[in-house]
Amino acid sequence: MSLTTPLRQVLGLGSAKRGVHHWWQQRLTSLALVPLSIWLLVSLLSLPAYDHATVVAWMGQSWTALLLILLVLIASRHSQLGLTVILEDYVHATGMKTLSLVLLNFVHVLLAAAGVFAVLRVALGGGA
Amino acid sequence: MSRYTLATSIFNRFTGAALSLGLVLLVYWLMAVAGGAAAHARAQRLLCLPLMKVIYAALTVAFCYHLLAGIRHLVWDTGRGLERAQSQRSAWAVVIVSALLALLVGWCLWQHQVHGP
Repeated sequence: MSLTTPLRQVLGLGSAKRGVHHWWQQRLTSLALVPLSIWLLVSLLSLPAYDHATVVAWMGQSWTALLLILLVLIASRHSQLGLTVILEDYVHATGMKTLSLVLLNFVHVLLAAAGVFAVLRVALGGGA
Repeated sequence: MSRYTLATSIFNRFTGAALSLGLVLLVYWLMAVAGGAAAHARAQRLLCLPLMKVIYAALTVAFCYHLLAGIRHLVWDTGRGLERAQSQRSAWAVVIVSALLALLVGWCLWQHQVHGP
């Protein structure tokens, strides 16, 4: 006979309030992307040209670099969360689903890292 | 009739997936800029192909739609606008306003190409 109470046996099982994590992250990232994406669009449209020197000067400004880094990081997360839901809904074979989710994860980490690296390289004057 | 809301939901997913490709293009461009003038010139040749104009136009439409449909979702999350009549109205509003916004952005892009900003 077990001496633990029924309550003790079920505590800690289930989602433990983490079930809404994906949903909440998708909302947070979408809220942040409203101003960030509008900023990028307006900022790109107000550049006088897209030659290398102009773009480097633009990316070299502190605020531009900071906002670009935030945008790349948050957009990568938002994109990963959204595509994850799409894959989960439409890819049904278990092996294929796992493989595609792993690839999705890797590709988004790569995108985020490459974006941040590129902006920092230009902004800190290492390359270009 | 829930067909409007169904269509807007599917189109939101579709445009979101398209914008993921836009993110890939953005990062590719940033990497090219970071790679120096020669790397940038190489990427520029690809990014300025006539086919890319079609892609930029599609991405503009996708962005405008996804932005407004996303804002509609955020409003829903506050518990507002969930009645059937309201969500049908907002579905139309998203389609019409995003079409106008896409036209405005497209016009700006066109002006930019012809005259500069």
